[in-house]
Amino acid sequence: MSETKVVDARNTFCPGPLMELISFMKRADVGDQMELLSTDDGSANDVPQWIAKVGHELVSNEKIDDVWHIVVKKVK
Amino acid sequence: MKILFVGGGMGGTIVANNVARRLAREVREGKVQITMLSATDQHWYQPGLLYVAFGKMGMNDIVREQTSLLEPGIQFFVDPVEEFELAQNKVRTKGGVVHDYDMLVIATGCEAVYDEVPGLAETSETPYTREGAVRMFKRLRDFEGGKVAVVVGVPHKCPIAPIEITFMLHEFFEKRGIRDKVELKYTYPIARIHNIENIATWAVPEFERMEVDYETFFNMKEVDVENKIVHSEEGTEKEFDLLVTVPPHRGMKVIEENNLGEGGWIPTDRYSLQMEGHENVYVLGDTSNLPISKTGSTAHFQSEVIGENIASIFRTGSATREYDGKVYCFIEADQDRATNACFNYIDPPEIKAPTKSMHMLKMSYNQWYWSSARGLL
Repeated sequence: MSETKVVDARNTFCPGPLMELISFMKRADVGDQMELLSTDDGSANDVPQWIAKVGHELVSNEKIDDVWHIVVKKVK
Repeated sequence: MKILFVGGGMGGTIVANNVARRLAREVREGKVQITMLSATDQHWYQPGLLYVAFGKMGMNDIVREQTSLLEPGIQFFVDPVEEFELAQNKVRTKGGVVHDYDMLVIATGCEAVYDEVPGLAETSETPYTREGAVRMFKRLRDFEGGKVAVVVGVPHKCPIAPIEITFMLHEFFEKRGIRDKVELKYTYPIARIHNIENIATWAVPEFERMEVDYETFFNMKEVDVENKIVHSEEGTEKEFDLLVTVPPHRGMKVIEENNLGEGGWIPTDRYSLQMEGHENVYVLGDTSNLPISKTGSTAHFQSEVIGENIASIFRTGSATREYDGKVYCFIEADQDRATNACFNYIDPPEIKAPTKSMHMLKMSYNQWYWSSARGLL
């Protein structure tokens, strides 16, 4: 049974949301979903870009009350 | 009250000294007992390894006896913890000794790991370990030219180091008179050349001035040892004659083995710095799972908060301060100039033009560090 983990990278500049997500993805199992919370508008673009480059799956990407909620799935 | 510190690195040492000073009278009167458990009797100034790797400091410049840095009231034992029994407020050491506590501070740090990237250990040079820094200097000193690739693992301590290393490589080869024989290539895991946007914006023209080639979205996958090629998760590759790495890091095994945190990172409240679910356990520095810089300065600023709160809890029963996410980093721009970055959870860093005076301040701090570790700065 895969699980969804929340990666809370709100209000941080270093190492930043995508770097946090990469760290979590390395430790995750195939099939795991992660929800990245980010207040950095850049995340809405660079996270999907990276996910596409490495071949994982972007499940959803939406801004709710100034926080980006980006859900990704590790597929390999 | 028994206050137990697990870990004698930068974070553990600063906060233990901080608490010992604040509660000096209570320690003398026997009302407070402060104990530190560490894996070693030596204290290394880890940022100094970068200077060792470039021949600017010697190993003897960056090490002290741990006991020489501790306040007299701190009982110090070289006997690392193997088992945490948080529900019973106890730890058990490698030597079989059980220590109970009322307040626990965990500052075990993190370490470089190479097994995540096949081939990396055999091929790369790094300033992140003691052996690596010495070996890297010898390689740089003897290097005659070719392709130099800088590759960065995730997560890693000292987030500014990838750029600093690249600047210093440029300067080092220039001073040796072989810069025109070196193709310097920088890679970085995300969409820009540094995770902090202001630093990336500042560093791009610096790289262009230094003729440093750079590639973003490059996460190491494996190194082809025979053909000297590093492959990325993104499907690209870099050839090299000299591979310099900022290795990936993990929290210490003892943390994961005791189920205190996945990956060795302990879930920590970003403001109180208490371990989630454990009010009498504080976590600082590289040991926490907080999404902030893994640097000595983070541990330093956190130690002030934890020190004040432990003393306040002893005296009044409640904590008084919250950590605001403050981090301060020197940034070496080359061998003679530096700038700095200061930020917190709210305010991003503003980067100013590098100056010689800031470099001298950094070089001075390399000596002042020992006062900082003692809790005096």
